[in-house]
This record gives sequence, structure tokens and C-alpha cells, in this order.
Amino acid sequence: MNKPVVIIGGGIAGMEAAACISAKGREVILLEKTGQLGGHLLQWDRLFPTRRKSSEVLRHLEKGMNDGISVHLEAEISGIENNNGVFIVKLSDGREFEGSALLLSTGYSVFDARKKEEYGYGIYDNVITSAELEEFFRNNRQENLLKGIKSKRIGIVHCVGSRDEKVGNLYCSKVCCITGVKQAIEIKELLPESEIYCFYMDLRMFDRHFEEMYYEAQQKWGIHFIRGRMSEAAENADHTLVVKVEDTLTGLPLKMTVDILILLVGFIPSPETARLAGMLGIDSGEDGFLIVEDEHFASNSTSIPGVFISGAVKGPVCIEHTITDARAAALQVLSYLDSEIAKWRNSETVK
Amino acid sequence: MKIEGKQMIWKEYQKEIASDNFFYVRSCVRQNFFPGSEKTFLRIMRDELQKDVFENASHTTCSGIGYHSDIVPIETTMTMIARQFALMTEAGKENFTTSCITSFGLYNEVLETWHHFPDVEERVRQNLLKATGRSFNKPKNISHASDVIFHFRKEIADRGKFTLTDHRTGKPLRVVEHIGCHYSKMFPSKGVGGAEYPYVLAGMIEDWGGEVIDYPERRHCCGFGFRQYLVKANRGYSIACSKKKFESMESYSPDMILTNCPGCPMFLDRWQYAISEMEGKTYGGNGQGIPVLTYEELAGLVLGYNPWDLGLQVHQVPVEPLLDKMGVPYDPGMKFKGANGEDLGMPEAPSYLNFYPETA
Amino acid sequence: MKDFGYSINKDKQIDFDDNNKEVMNKVLRMEPSLQVCIACGSCTATCSAGQFTGFNIRRVHTFLRRGEVRFLKKEIMKCMFCGKCQLVCPRGVNLRNLILALHNSLEINGL
Repeated sequence: MNKPVVIIGGGIAGMEAAACISAKGREVILLEKTGQLGGHLLQWDRLFPTRRKSSEVLRHLEKGMNDGISVHLEAEISGIENNNGVFIVKLSDGREFEGSALLLSTGYSVFDARKKEEYGYGIYDNVITSAELEEFFRNNRQENLLKGIKSKRIGIVHCVGSRDEKVGNLYCSKVCCITGVKQAIEIKELLPESEIYCFYMDLRMFDRHFEEMYYEAQQKWGIHFIRGRMSEAAENADHTLVVKVEDTLTGLPLKMTVDILILLVGFIPSPETARLAGMLGIDSGEDGFLIVEDEHFASNSTSIPGVFISGAVKGPVCIEHTITDARAAALQVLSYLDSEIAKWRNSETVK
Repeated sequence: MKIEGKQMIWKEYQKEIASDNFFYVRSCVRQNFFPGSEKTFLRIMRDELQKDVFENASHTTCSGIGYHSDIVPIETTMTMIARQFALMTEAGKENFTTSCITSFGLYNEVLETWHHFPDVEERVRQNLLKATGRSFNKPKNISHASDVIFHFRKEIADRGKFTLTDHRTGKPLRVVEHIGCHYSKMFPSKGVGGAEYPYVLAGMIEDWGGEVIDYPERRHCCGFGFRQYLVKANRGYSIACSKKKFESMESYSPDMILTNCPGCPMFLDRWQYAISEMEGKTYGGNGQGIPVLTYEELAGLVLGYNPWDLGLQVHQVPVEPLLDKMGVPYDPGMKFKGANGEDLGMPEAPSYLNFYPETA
Repeated sequence: MKDFGYSINKDKQIDFDDNNKEVMNKVLRMEPSLQVCIACGSCTATCSAGQFTGFNIRRVHTFLRRGEVRFLKKEIMKCMFCGKCQLVCPRGVNLRNLILALHNSLEINGL
């Protein structure tokens, strides 16, 4: 119980939890498999619903990285041992780290849109994902993307890889709908003469300001919403795309040509998370994300004492809630360590 | 279009196709619509490739036509199919290959049903035994004849005398490929390349020198169906499906359409005539129409067989422009002469589609 | 032209590219609050005319936005301008003006 807390995964949850735990005086070891801290935050340009820059959030997280946190990048984990409450994390380069508690915050992966063969991602030139669009915005390459398009009509497709039995993901990825609305506004800002159509099944505007953003998208920016799931996309000779969708509100099939199709891809459980969870003996649910001890009262604990989880390992979550969850996890870790110390102290006095 | 994207998908849908010792079952109607096709398949397999393709003259229809028209109940269909398997077993064969795509879909459907419901299979075995005294083994491998030609496309290309290029310009021919719905839409894993981007015909076109055309309505059904057109009043629906496809592919100026189903080429060929007579519209410029070929006919052309031996003279949309492009020689004078040179008479000339009458 | 005993079925699909969107654009300019409609159907549910005729104001608006305007002139005759739709709309769409604007622009467009 005197050993540091080992946090695996240097994304949003890992960084925030590290900062909170370290602020309470506990030593933290933060292991990150890539060469940079920040996780998926590094991929996004602006965050919903306020459209603030992701770099602002990153800066806040980086400020929390004080001397009490020893950060190890490019850390590839080859094994984890649970020695009666002392965790030994082994790296493939031979290094080992010991911890009195473990926090797994290795996050999620983005759905590979190539699996939706009928959408033509990876086959037709002008089909991109929402993740790629964020990259375009980040690297200021939107001119490249949007130049040369003819009718300036852009289609945004909801629920790609989510709520879809065919790809094995029945769950909703939660944050894609608002991402679609946000990106629609961002594109309309760049191309005021463009027509933007969102093809949705339901619009999940679940958090504060989301419904207002939807209202703004319609009223201020003139974004159009067609309720109907896109069934197939096909390419015309001029590389524009033909979209087939049912306009469910009229009950008729509808066909329209768009210049660019943006697929709102969802979350999938990450293979790396599954690998590490396997080493620790944490189970996954039917949806592939990790199981918590209790959804209401112990949502950062697992069935293994001393092993905690936070962030997107538990399922789709937005950044605000990830940060909140990381803080909750930090509290759980600290309480656990205090109680362990109390147990040890009690056993000492008994001795 | 990024071809690598398609190739990744094709890699995922690979299926095993037998190479020899086939039991071949014919189609009910193909020999009426495309008289040379099945004969050409056998000629290629037996004479060119020295493969063993066995036929039993007492095989029947699979009853797919009846089943899909709600006339034959499923258990009867299954029993008829069981008899086909019994004939295959008696011939000592395990590799089943069908000429018709509806058959192919139906055989797969029946085997899949028996896999999930073994009691149904048992009942069918009893039915067959009682009705005919026959018993059967299930085939080890079921392929469609187009799968087999696909399997041997490189061998055909090696022996080929012509390629799918315009011999006057050297440019590859633009070929639209059209899969029968029952090939892979029912069981994507049973089709080469899956259901979205099937490869069985695209592979042939590519290896024989042509260029595959992808157009927006590529996936659309041609409208054949059975119920849709057996009753005359429903034919408007069928013809509208084919018309949608023609309208979509027109701007790509295809040189021909390649199909692998009995119904699809019949429809795509004859409906061009019907549309031209009903609306005056032809596709393919200058009243040419877009010639529609079966894969056996195309393989035969590539191998240098006489177009009139392939049955191309009964096509409604004239194939002469295609033959001219490929540089395949043909004797216009023999077009409407029978196998022994007798005069078969001339068909009526269509109003809008080009027609190439024999010249004496 | 020959008659074979059947005709070629008409395409039921909404061809959004080909549809004339002039009426839609005109009406949207005249009544911008239509942009925030979410097609919830509250208007149709409470509509007086909708109880006794086939009039469906939600559908009228949706068809307008798809450029399918041929049959709208006859439909909007059924509206009595009672205003119940507007009272109940959660997004504050000025629905009476939708009908007025439609009367106006359909007339001008010779429909």
C-alpha cells in the first residue's frame, strides 16, 4: 500500500486521474503505449457543444502532470501479475513497475468504416469519416477537401458501426449525433452556399446545450435533416455519390447526389483494452466493454480489489463525463489505499 | 475509385470451388433463351480443359421456378432437390455444379435449412425413399457454373484468341457486370467477392482484358423474379427495374453487359427491345443497344468459337458491334442458317434497334 | 409505339436531384421558422381538418421540403386556419403562415 498507483493509458481519463491522485500526495506511474499523452483528444479539432478548441482541454490535462507523476511513453505491456494486492506491470523492454493499485484507462478504438461495405468507404474517393474530417480541420486542410466539389452538397450519415447488428455492435455510441451536428455547422461556416443533409435514425441530443445546438444548426445554419438510414452509396462517373435513403417521414424512397459523404463512426471496444483486461481477469459485457462492480455505486471498481477502470473502457462517453469519471476513479483509488493502510495498521497493532 | 478497397473485400469472401469431377444440372429455360450457352460450357470444360463433367439425362428441374412463384410447396422442392442429389450420389460424384443461378441459391438455401433443422432433412429422406426408392448424400461442394469458369479464367485467357479490347484502338472494352440476385444476395459468403462487390464476373472481365464498370444502380435487381413477370399485368414492374439500370449505366457508354443468371440476360436483352418499341428509346448510341452476354458466350468468344455456334444470333440486341470491336470474324450470311445450312427464315426487324440481316 | 399489354411502371422514388425546389425555397424565405421543424407530428395530431380528411400538415411540410409539390395545392385547401397546430408546436413554427405561403407560391409557380 505504500507503492505508487500505476495508471495504464495516458488519455483523458488517465491524465486527469493521475493529476487528482498525485495532488493528494500519492506517487503515480503513468504508462502510455504511444509517444504522446492525450489519447483520442489529439485527433479532434473542436469539441461539442461549445466548439472550444481541443487544445484547451489538453492544456488543462497537461498542467496536471506534476513531478509526482512519472510518465513513461512508448510503454508496451507484456504482462501483469497480481501478487496478493501488489501489482507488477512488465514492459516488453524488460522494465517492471510495482503498484499498490492499478487504474486501467486504455480507452476505445474508432469503428473501421470499411466494414460497412455498402457505404463504399475506402473504395469511393469522396467518402470520409467524421474522424478524418476532424483531422482535416486540425491540419487546416479543409480547402483541399472541399475545393472542386460541384453542387456543394454534403451528406452526413449517422449510426455508422453503431446500433447495427450486421457489424455486431448493438449499442449506441452516444456522441456521434452531436458530432454530426457540430461538423455540419463547421462545414456550413466554411461553405455558406453548401447544402448539408444529415441522414439519421434518431437524434440523440442527450446532454446540456445539445438540443440548443441542434436548433441552431437548423435555424441559423439551415442544416437539413432527413430521417432515414442510408442503405447504400454508389459512385457516379464524376466521383459524386448517389445516396439511397428512405425518407421515412414521407414514406417514400429517396435518392440524392452528394459531393462528399461523411460517415459518423462510433466507438468499438479496443483490442488493447481487451488484452490487458484479460491479463487482469476483468470481464467484458456482451457489448465488449468492461464490466463495473455496480453501475450506480461502484462504477470505477472491478471484481478484482485494487484494480479500477475509468473512461471509455466502460463504453461510449463524452469528454466532460470522462473527466468527471476520472476524478471519481481517483477518489475510489485513494479510498481503497487508505482502507488498505488501515487494514495493515490494524494488523500491526494486533501483532 | 480505389480498387485496393474493393480488393480487400474480395479477399474476405473467398470460397472453395471444385476443379474436377462435376455433376452438372441444367437450367429449365436457358436453352430456349441462350441455346449455345450450356453446350459451350461443356465444350470448354471437356474439350479445352479435359475435365470430367457428368450429366444424368433423367435429372429434373430443381423446381425453383415453381417454388418462387408460390406454386410448389417447399417440401416438394426439397424432395426434388434430394432426388438430384441422389442422382449425383449414384454417379459417384461429390461436386455439384448448376447452370442456373436460382438453382444455386435454392440448393444453398435447402442445405442451410437442413443444417439448422435436421428433422426436416430426415423427413425429406423418407419422402424420397418412399417416392422413388432413392437415397442420397449431400454434395461436398456446390458451385455455380460461373464459379467454375471464374476458377479457370486464367486457363481460358491463356488459350484465348481474342481479348476484351477494341482491336482497332487497343483500349479495353467497358463491361458492365450483373450478378443474379440469388448468387450472393442470399448468402454473401457463398458468392465470390460477397454481395456488395461480387467478383465472379469482374474477375473474368479483368483477366480477359476488359474494364469493369461500376455504376450507381449496379446492385439493383433486373426485375426477373418469376412472380413479377409470369403474369402479364405485372410486367410493368419488371421492365421498370431493368430500365432503371439502363438509365443509370447509359452515361458510362458500356460496350456490353455480362451476366451469370438465366433470367438476367434474358431480361436485360429483351427488355431493351421492349423499351425501344414502347418508348422509342435505345441505349448505347445510334440504335445499337448494349449487347448482353452470358459468361459461357463470352468465354466462347474469347476462345475463338464461331459466334453462331454460341447462339448469339438469337439475341435481341445485336452483337455484331461487339464482335467488330473485338475483331471476332463472323459470316453474316450464316446467321440465320441452321446447323446443316438450311434456311431458318428471317425474324421481323425491330422498329428502333439496329438489325443486321443476312447478306447472301 | 407498340402495346404489349402492359406499361412501364413509374419510379416511386423521390428524385431529389431532379425535383424543382423553387416552391420550397420561396416558402422557406417567406417563413424561416420552418427550418426548425423536427417533424414530431404534434401539429397533425391536433389538426381539425386532419380528423376528418386525409390532410396531414406534417407530411405537407415534409413533401414541400423534398420538392414533391404537385398535389399540395389540393391538399392545402382543406386547412381552415384554425391555428391549433401552431398552438401546440414545440419548436414555435408558424404553421398558419406555411399554408398561406404555400397558397402564394404555388399560385405564382402556376401549380
